[in-house]
Amino acid sequence: MWNKKTQRDAFAEALVEIGSRRKDVVVLTADLSSSVKTNRFAEKFPEHHFNVGISEQNMMSIAAGLAASGSRVFASTFAVFGTSRVYDQIRQSIAWPKLNVNIVATHAGITVGGDGASHQMLEDVALMCSLPNMTVIVPCDALETKKAVKFVVDYNGPTYIRLGRSDVPTITQENALFSIGKAMVMKDGKDITLIGTGTMVSRCLLAAEKLEKDNIDATVINMSTIKPVDEKMIIKYAKETGAVVTAEEHNIIGGLGSMVSTVLSENVPVPMKRIGIPDVFGESGKSDELMEKYGLTPENIAEAAHEVMKRRGKQK
Amino acid sequence: MLEEKARIIRKHIIKMIYTAGSGHPGGSLSATDILTALYFNVMRHDPKNPKWEDRDRFILSKGHAAPALYSALATSGYFPVEELLTLRKLGSRLQGHPDMRKLPGVEASTGSEGQGLSIGIGMALHAKLNRKLYRVYVMIGDGENDCGQIWEAAMSGAHFKTDNLTVILDRNGLQLDGPTRQIMDIEPLVSKWKSFGWKVIEINGHSFREILNAFNRAKSVKGKPTIIITHTIKGKGVSFMEGAVSFHGKSPNKEEYEQAMKELG
Ligand SMILES: Cc1ncc(C[n+]2csc(CCOP(=O)(O)OP(=O)(O)O)c2C)c(N)n1
Ligand SMILES: [Mg+2]
Repeated sequence: MWNKKTQRDAFAEALVEIGSRRKDVVVLTADLSSSVKTNRFAEKFPEHHFNVGISEQNMMSIAAGLAASGSRVFASTFAVFGTSRVYDQIRQSIAWPKLNVNIVATHAGITVGGDGASHQMLEDVALMCSLPNMTVIVPCDALETKKAVKFVVDYNGPTYIRLGRSDVPTITQENALFSIGKAMVMKDGKDITLIGTGTMVSRCLLAAEKLEKDNIDATVINMSTIKPVDEKMIIKYAKETGAVVTAEEHNIIGGLGSMVSTVLSENVPVPMKRIGIPDVFGESGKSDELMEKYGLTPENIAEAAHEVMKRRGKQK
Repeated sequence: MLEEKARIIRKHIIKMIYTAGSGHPGGSLSATDILTALYFNVMRHDPKNPKWEDRDRFILSKGHAAPALYSALATSGYFPVEELLTLRKLGSRLQGHPDMRKLPGVEASTGSEGQGLSIGIGMALHAKLNRKLYRVYVMIGDGENDCGQIWEAAMSGAHFKTDNLTVILDRNGLQLDGPTRQIMDIEPLVSKWKSFGWKVIEINGHSFREILNAFNRAKSVKGKPTIIITHTIKGKGVSFMEGAVSFHGKSPNKEEYEQAMKELG
């Protein structure tokens, strides 16, 4: 029912569009240009693309030097190499001096599949959210990816954009606006709030369809910025529905679920449940098999919705 | 003239660290003559206009030598010399390690060793992309030379032909825990950097004649970056700090402070 496209392709398209209208953009990668798709930008603007080989630490600090001089920088590699391997370089060279470096990390999450635990980055959002000055964006589809990439080029300060490897259903509209810190209501309902991020937003929509069969009218929110999180939206819908489920393709610790539960407990302590990877490393398998094994399916979300609604009881 | 500037800068360094009660005198004093030459002779810069687009850039990759950088900046006129004594104090622009967002003249935030060379390459690439003529100078320590990222940067500096970049390696022979020979032997240093594609110049880092001459030669090298290995004495200028591992990262006490200031004249 939905069209599918990879976020990486959208990233590549956005970069080429940006490159054709401005000359201050520089793109860096570390021997992964064909995987993260910066190669398309490189074909068109070879002078503005630097492949540093397998030296991610070097790449992050070079990005800082370029940005400190006035370039607008995109540094792209796999999420695992673009965060944990270079946390100190991001912290010291980029985040502390608040430089305009956009880290676009692909192949995040368990849906990476066959490559297994070494490549399934499930802690990146936690790492990046813990850095002062850092903005953390997890787009839900290709369309939103393209808008986010085009948005951050003029944003003042570092950003982390988290993308997946596989095709994802396009669930947002062409005319929907993207803005940092603004969540998007995908479906408005009164009984329960499902907040998803990245690849889990479409699964929240599927869960909402299932709930409808049980006469449950769910709200679905696309939380595409994890930091700064859209507190107003969380509070508003928590008040209206009195029950919340979060869903993310990330460790259950330190990601969307943690962020939302903090906002809830400090403002509207309603029953909630987090769907995510249960604090374990991944393993090889097909994407769908893995999502099932680790409890990240629409069925899991729907079950969680029933559970929190039961805890909430009749009154809201 | 440069000798006199260096003497004043050394006195500032000792006084700042003594007043702060902590800091890194050894590596600040070994670097002093090179910083003096850079700020008072070699670099094109304007203390009244620290954001001038075409200025040469200096990055202190071994950020713990911040007192030397701050003294050189203040003596050049970037900010009042009196402010030097706020080093490491709450609310000061003179952070324990350099913060580019706080203090004018500081080009990069450093302190975690190993990153400044890559930052310098980024700045050198920006100059090339935008047809800018500024040069980039980066100082690294010989202990810092252990860091893997330095060698990642070494490879990419040569690969991208950043001939507008000059690295100074402060070869004072000591790192935090002891002599580099014992802790992590980095020799043969010259052939290592040569084999990474760099022009290598080796000099006495306390001879202004050799320092100025080396920077001049580096400017005329085309197609590859240059590294100047400057043989220095850690703690240079204060007898009991010279070659002393113990003064890598501690402040002198009152007697030591008075003795040091007397020696520096
Ligand atoms: C990545 C990192 N590890 C450890 C330290 C702690 N540290 C501060 S200075 C230093 C030794 C530096 O030796 P060297 O680079 O030779 O500096 P110098 O002798 O010029 O003071 C160490 C280990 C650090 N700042 N950064
Ligand atoms: Mg040393």
